[in-house]
Amino acid sequence: MQVEITVNGTPRTDEVEARRLLVHYLRETCGLRATNVGCDTTSCGACTVLLDGESVKSCTVLAAQADGHEVRTVEGLATDGALHPVQAAFHTEHGLQCGFCTPGMVMATVGLLQENPHPSEEEVRESLEGNFCRCTGYHNIVRAVLAAAEAGA
Amino acid sequence: AFLTRGGIYTDDVLDDSLVGAVHVSFIRSPIAHARIESIDASAAREAPGCVAIFTADDIALRPVRPMLPSIDAGFSRPLLAADRVRFVGEPVAIVVTELAYQAEDVAELVEIEYDPLPAVVDPRASARDENLLFPELGTNIACVFAPKEPDERLFEDCEVVVSREIVNQRVAPAPMETRAAAAVWGADGRLTTWLPNQGAQGTKAALCAMLGVDAADVRVITPDVGGAFGAKFGADPEHALVAWVAQRLGRPARWSENRYDNLLAMTHGRAQIQTVTIGGSRDGDVQAYRLDVLQDCGAYPAIGALLPTLTRMMAPGTYAIDRVESSARCVVTTTTPIGAYRGAGRPEATAAIERAIDLFAAEIGQDPAGVRRRNLLPAFDVPHENGHGALYDSGAYQDALDLVLDAAGYADLRAEQAARRARGDVRVLGIGLASYVEITGGGAESGAPHENALVEVHADGTATILTGTSPHGQGHATAWAMLASDELGIPVERITVQHGDTDLIPEGGGTGGSRSLQQGGAAVRQASRELIDLARQRAADLLEANPDDLRIDLERAAITVEGSPHIAVGLAELAARERLFVRAVFNAPGPTFPFGAHLAVVEVDTETGKATLLRVVTVDDAGVILNPLLADGQRHGGIAQGATQALLEEMVYDDDGNPMTATFADYPFPSAAELPTFELVSMQTPTSYNSLGAKGVGEAGTIGATPAVQNAVVDAVAHLGVRHIDMPTTSRRIWQAINDAGGQA
Repeated sequence: MQVEITVNGTPRTDEVEARRLLVHYLRETCGLRATNVGCDTTSCGACTVLLDGESVKSCTVLAAQADGHEVRTVEGLATDGALHPVQAAFHTEHGLQCGFCTPGMVMATVGLLQENPHPSEEEVRESLEGNFCRCTGYHNIVRAVLAAAEAGA
Repeated sequence: AFLTRGGIYTDDVLDDSLVGAVHVSFIRSPIAHARIESIDASAAREAPGCVAIFTADDIALRPVRPMLPSIDAGFSRPLLAADRVRFVGEPVAIVVTELAYQAEDVAELVEIEYDPLPAVVDPRASARDENLLFPELGTNIACVFAPKEPDERLFEDCEVVVSREIVNQRVAPAPMETRAAAAVWGADGRLTTWLPNQGAQGTKAALCAMLGVDAADVRVITPDVGGAFGAKFGADPEHALVAWVAQRLGRPARWSENRYDNLLAMTHGRAQIQTVTIGGSRDGDVQAYRLDVLQDCGAYPAIGALLPTLTRMMAPGTYAIDRVESSARCVVTTTTPIGAYRGAGRPEATAAIERAIDLFAAEIGQDPAGVRRRNLLPAFDVPHENGHGALYDSGAYQDALDLVLDAAGYADLRAEQAARRARGDVRVLGIGLASYVEITGGGAESGAPHENALVEVHADGTATILTGTSPHGQGHATAWAMLASDELGIPVERITVQHGDTDLIPEGGGTGGSRSLQQGGAAVRQASRELIDLARQRAADLLEANPDDLRIDLERAAITVEGSPHIAVGLAELAARERLFVRAVFNAPGPTFPFGAHLAVVEVDTETGKATLLRVVTVDDAGVILNPLLADGQRHGGIAQGATQALLEEMVYDDDGNPMTATFADYPFPSAAELPTFELVSMQTPTSYNSLGAKGVGEAGTIGATPAVQNAVVDAVAHLGVRHIDMPTTSRRIWQAINDAGGQA
């Protein structure tokens, strides 16, 4: 089937299998490979992207469901080479190690701060419950989210 | 780049040579233990997209021998199960399709008939040898370690002796990136393979052994690696089979497993049943300690059989105990093979002794901090022989304990605990301690503790470092560049660090066992210093000066004449005349022994049994710290994994050997919501074993936090008569323990 999806601001028209997941569409059809797959059960959030500005797990959305909508991945976050405030905060606070969860974690954070611009630490921890990281113990991720909020992301 | 375009992990690698790659997947045994009666792939071969189906009959590769030479070769693991399967998840057939999406459809058409055999899940049952995994061997016991002459009077003069069984449960390393591989054979007959690993050189050796090919014919390239935690050392059968498929079909091949396969078939960690016996005087002197380990190796004894040797070596921990004995038996069970997981054998030793100390303290009714202080080894800087084959290089265990108690406000915490108990609060407080010493840099995959580095300065003023370590989140690119920059005066941002390509870097021990900075970093410093010596020699000719009068001017990255700074030649200029590089090998005199103390505070709801982790305060002395941000990051990750082994994580099998926790919906992978912000206290006692004074820090967190958190949970309900709760200390277990103890719940 044919889908029309605006990916990182650029409208595209693609032919996809009906059962194709959005994450595979992004990785393989669009060549945007930052978004990772970490599980098969919508648990880990490595595949988190923004769909019409709201964070979704792209392993649980069909490409067909994104037809007519707008998708943003971490590749589309920086503007003119300048890091988005959330990316900058993850950098400054060392909020990543192996980097595998990072694109999803950053997009989940963007989504979180849109809904709640000034979360408490507890709210950050609760809100990111669906995004797994095995390296950082979440310590610096939480700091990065709070710093990004402070910076007005 | 991680933040803007993402890392390039194995599944992201795009290379011209991989265009048109076939997709490899594995059909895995759905049964824990069975004979394979028949495999019929005829319908599958006709299915759309099917390129090939392979079974053990197609493959003439040798099984993988157990790592320990003393283990019978009969315990070897076939790359594909031949006539018997021994765990759920064992690869039985290879499905090769044109596209990934076709694989599951094709796999469904492969008909495999199994004749079930009894599962052997509990290592205690395995050790009874009633149901054998390898009938021709006549036993499930792969190896036994025991003192030549056990001391039957070990506890003879002890006023108090406490003994109990402790389970150090099986957990899944669960790196966020699962296993994967891409492989292609060139026209020259050489294999190039990309796969996530912890050391390309060791991975290459493992692949060569499995494939039966010469080292010269294999190139391993390490892309970005999405976490490893010990489970990506070497290579697994699947990695070799992907290369084999590529060779057999004459086409590039790729494999990327899903999480289900990862939790089934990547090695698990820990899996020890320990019996601890501790004895001493009623006033608190520990006089004797005995640790008997029953190690579950899973279906095939690989690294699992090595873990108890490390556990035994570290058995006495940080304590001065007159008499210590240990033994271990390693058995096979019809479960996923056990491998290395962050700490690998040492967290198990610390968990045992730290639980034992608390059991002893509870028995004599003394404060666990006091019992520890009374029995800790005094500070030393002359290496201390621990009586079990470990030579502790330096230590100040009492200082570490005092620091953590102060930082946490121990007296106040005890007062708060007492107040809550006195008030009859439903939510009680528990305070747990652990003192630890661990072994790091104990030897690379390639043998004794050493590592190489090559440092080269280029004519454009940049520099390149080639390292034999293999970072996957530890930050070597930053840290190694800092080390070279300090010697060469070249800014960090102009230094590139490369790793993980066996053609470029043939030697290397990889990253694991907390070895990288103390060996790989030390090698970078050594190579940088030798490069300056070389530059001074060359500059001496050029400047017509005595090399002894020349020094490096770090401001300018130039060699200058002492006292005449206007006479100078830049390192870049020297490099323009002739390649300027040094390859150095750093040899460590031995492993180092970082130490520390952790304190955990938990709150337990006595009505529901739910434990909430409130605080973790840690002192982790890893010698001199090069980069606090990176070192603390290592501590954070380790603390989280240790704390959640204590609280949540367990790979569970039912009695028939079916894994019950093989997805992230079932395996209690920790999220941010289950953890607090950690409180790190700095302590740095240098080691003399390397020029950096550095010890390892990568595994400290799991080693200290696991028993500290477990002890805190037990402590929370100790007043109700509870002495021990096995990990993971789930609500159900805590609630059960309170009820069993007869306390009010």
